[in-house]
Amino acid sequence: MEYAIEIEGISKRYGDVQALQQIDLRVGKGEIMGLIGPDGAGKSTLYRILTTLLLPDEGSASLNGYDIVKDYRHLRQILGYMPGRFSLYQDLTVEENLEFFATIFGTTIKENYHLIEEIYVQLEPFKDRQAGNLSGGMKQKLALCCALIHKPEILLLDEPTTGVDPVSRQEFWQMLKRLNTENITILVSTPYMDEAAMCDRVALIQSGEILTTSTPANIRTEYQGQLLSLKSQDMYHLLKTTRSLDGVMSCYSFGERLHVTIDPETSNLEMVQSALSTKGISKVEIKPIEAGVEDIFMQLLKRSDA
Amino acid sequence: MSDRVIHVDGLTKRFGSFTAVDHISFDVKRGEIFGFLGANGAGKTTAMRMLCGLLDPTEGNADVAGFNVLTQAEEVKKHIGYMSQKFSMYEDLTVKENFEFYGGVYRLSQKTIKERLGEMLARLGLDHIEKTLVHDIPLGWKQKLSFSLALLHRPGIIFLDEPTGGVDPITRRQFWEMIYEAAADGVTIFVTTHYMDEAEYCDRVSIMVDGRISALDSPENLRKEFKAQTMDEVFRQLARGAKNAAG
Repeated sequence: MEYAIEIEGISKRYGDVQALQQIDLRVGKGEIMGLIGPDGAGKSTLYRILTTLLLPDEGSASLNGYDIVKDYRHLRQILGYMPGRFSLYQDLTVEENLEFFATIFGTTIKENYHLIEEIYVQLEPFKDRQAGNLSGGMKQKLALCCALIHKPEILLLDEPTTGVDPVSRQEFWQMLKRLNTENITILVSTPYMDEAAMCDRVALIQSGEILTTSTPANIRTEYQGQLLSLKSQDMYHLLKTTRSLDGVMSCYSFGERLHVTIDPETSNLEMVQSALSTKGISKVEIKPIEAGVEDIFMQLLKRSDA
Repeated sequence: MSDRVIHVDGLTKRFGSFTAVDHISFDVKRGEIFGFLGANGAGKTTAMRMLCGLLDPTEGNADVAGFNVLTQAEEVKKHIGYMSQKFSMYEDLTVKENFEFYGGVYRLSQKTIKERLGEMLARLGLDHIEKTLVHDIPLGWKQKLSFSLALLHRPGIIFLDEPTGGVDPITRRQFWEMIYEAAADGVTIFVTTHYMDEAEYCDRVSIMVDGRISALDSPENLRKEFKAQTMDEVFRQLARGAKNAAG
């Protein structure tokens, strides 16, 4: 496989805080790679290093063969970067912002309009509105247009969907999927575990370390223990009670259900059911399920704590 | 007054020709966990600011914690707590200094502040960080402390604006357990979130679309009504037709 992004042993420390610790990561050409982890995991630091805005303490990285230190000038031409914090000019209009980014990259809106057309038509009715007065979802769309207007080879998106509602998030992902067909490699970070399913591969990151790298389908096999899904009338009571049972490794709320992990060596579905019943909870819907990315992430978090 | 702690009647806000909030009406009961959902630009923030006494409505009215948002805005502010994801504590002050500052704003005595701070830190198991700068503590702890801080003056209602954004999945769940505990103590919770699994943890949920409330019921009833498996599906069905996406 040919790699668009190659990261080797990158570390970065801010004073006492080890923001990144020996990060190794490879992203194939044309892949959508998801970097999934909560705030403070080190995602933005990694982005700043890859975009040549910050030097690593250790390690090296190259993008499409260009080194982040030696070839930073050239790299800046071929990367599209959307920072985590909204960083367009709030007091310029939608159109002025786009014009500005096209000009500094020595191109015009017209030249690469086909790349942004699908997104920009939604913004067009508001093209004279100041960027600062757009809603969250629209700001993200404009930022994506500005990151794309010079036709980058690699797109680096730092939490483009944070604070964006579920419908706008889905639309945003559809745009990424389409861009991906234009052979643009995409590294995208997110704190939303459900977005993992939209990526070709995902890397889970926490406390400056990559916990695992896998495809969304294969990641399930990493789960340890048997996962059950439980539901009853009084969920809070069920949560407290289930957590106290023998053989229960973890117990978390998942929307309208509980996800309970049991050790298959010492427990099983029937045992959980009867243990709950002796504690006075008899009407429980209980079934085995497959682990999702969020289940796996939480298990890896606990393992790395221990 | 009954156990209705929020009573909203035809609340409306216009900015020029744009109607951000369009005649919304609902009640929230004491100790209820009320989820206030909507797409970006649907009018949630504007509605919330009116309920907190920070913005005058163009039309309509609301009572919050027994006070009128139009005529008694200052009393409303004294009787509610507020926490947002974006800003809640001063990073360059210690935990203790933050509590002293907020306590001072709400005119609590030094003795009361000290007692409540001690209690809260003990309950969270965070006694050791009393004198730590907020800047230096992990995000997960910060969110839990912010929640406690918003409850420092013992408000009857707490407004939480995306309190769990960006937080790791374990901390997010621990945070909701704190919400349950506060609600069990009789505190009314008014919460916004973009995590649809969290909508399920609410007693009732309202969904705003284009400035209006399009649905309001328990998550279970909403799922039945919209023939959906999850709240995520309910939300998508309602929000898809929205017009004010850029508002």
